[in-house]
Amino acid sequence: MVTAQRHGEQIDRPPPPAAARPAIDQVWSWLEEVPDPEIPVVSVVDLGIVRAVDWEGDDLVVTVTPTYSGCPATAVISLDIAESIRRHGVEKVRIRSQLSPAWTTDWIGAAAREKLKAYGIAPPEGGARCVGDLKNPVVECPRCGSMATEQVSRFGSTPCKASWRCRDCLEPFDYFKSF
Amino acid sequence: MTTATKTDAALFEFALRMGDNAVVLAQRVGAWCGHAPAIEEDIAFANVALDLIGQTRMWLGLAGEIEGKGRDADQLAFLRDARAYRNALLVEQPNVDFAHTLMRQFLFDAWHHPMLVALKSSADARVADIAEKAEKEARYHLERSEDLIIRLGDGTEESRQRMQAALDALYPFAGELCAADALDADLAARKIAPDLGALGERYLAYLKSTLADATLTAPVGAAVRKGGKQGLHSEHLGYILADMQFLQRAYPGATW
Repeated sequence: MVTAQRHGEQIDRPPPPAAARPAIDQVWSWLEEVPDPEIPVVSVVDLGIVRAVDWEGDDLVVTVTPTYSGCPATAVISLDIAESIRRHGVEKVRIRSQLSPAWTTDWIGAAAREKLKAYGIAPPEGGARCVGDLKNPVVECPRCGSMATEQVSRFGSTPCKASWRCRDCLEPFDYFKSF
Repeated sequence: MTTATKTDAALFEFALRMGDNAVVLAQRVGAWCGHAPAIEEDIAFANVALDLIGQTRMWLGLAGEIEGKGRDADQLAFLRDARAYRNALLVEQPNVDFAHTLMRQFLFDAWHHPMLVALKSSADARVADIAEKAEKEARYHLERSEDLIIRLGDGTEESRQRMQAALDALYPFAGELCAADALDADLAARKIAPDLGALGERYLAYLKSTLADATLTAPVGAAVRKGGKQGLHSEHLGYILADMQFLQRAYPGATW
């Protein structure tokens, strides 16, 4: 098995035909173009769902982790990832599910948080450890920037979101909950 | 070989217990979809049910893997009869009203979360991985149910009466969650699952303090209603399964 992390070193084995085996970094760049099916403004890489990309023999293995264990998007994400890679000419692709370490919103980077906000979804506040410690996070309205906001429901339109509203502009909005 | 076989059989049963608790409660809670008293609570229960179904897939998937007879999570969920189910009696109790549904959820979550926290240290890596994932979801569920129990218990006269009635009806079923049998003792000795006795003490202490905050009183001296973990269920489970399993029974092997 040859393993290379995202910014991994040169793989130390005889190179196969270039067309048959793209570099791991190349695969990561393809995956950065695969949108989340529910929140298409961010990619599956942005959300931290893709944990590793490895060559195992002739198979390209993409290791993914579910956001929430029952999230219906998980199956669609696996299909989208496999389809994207096949479209780029790699036929033998396998998706492996990995539960540990458990997915956390801490893996959502700064750029992705900005994309969420621009899309109208308040990004997660603080660290994931805030779950339980911070039951009432201070969340900025993604529409008007007011901090005068309140939670309507701890749950929302998808497992990863809670329902909030702004007391200034009066708009309801989704909050991508810290988890 | 004998030891390995024994471990596997016990672990198979344990994975069924965890998975069956999740699937039966998910089926109960999912029935509120489109019927809850407020849209926000409708969404909340649907999301809780969804998390539990996801956890069911993990636990029953593990059970099928351990059993090694080619049964997957779907087959275990849809093709076992009531006597083969291993959920605690609490989760199969009827929804009745919103108070009963919330109280059942609270009594379950208050056990489920610390149980999963303990299972994160399981000597079996597969159990620990599932627990690590599910624990975060269970913590979120508990935060909500604790909040609502206190607000409705310490609420209006009617909400308090309803919550108290629900507690009176459901409290006798809470004890089964921490009642260890030989299988639990075996798994605890192997460090695969926690000592339910110690967990039970913390569970009761937590219930006592939270119910006090909610101005509710647990019935004193109520007999513990149990048997579900060994497959001896109340009459309610059969109706749940008739509903849940209809499609696979009527159209064997049907897939989406």
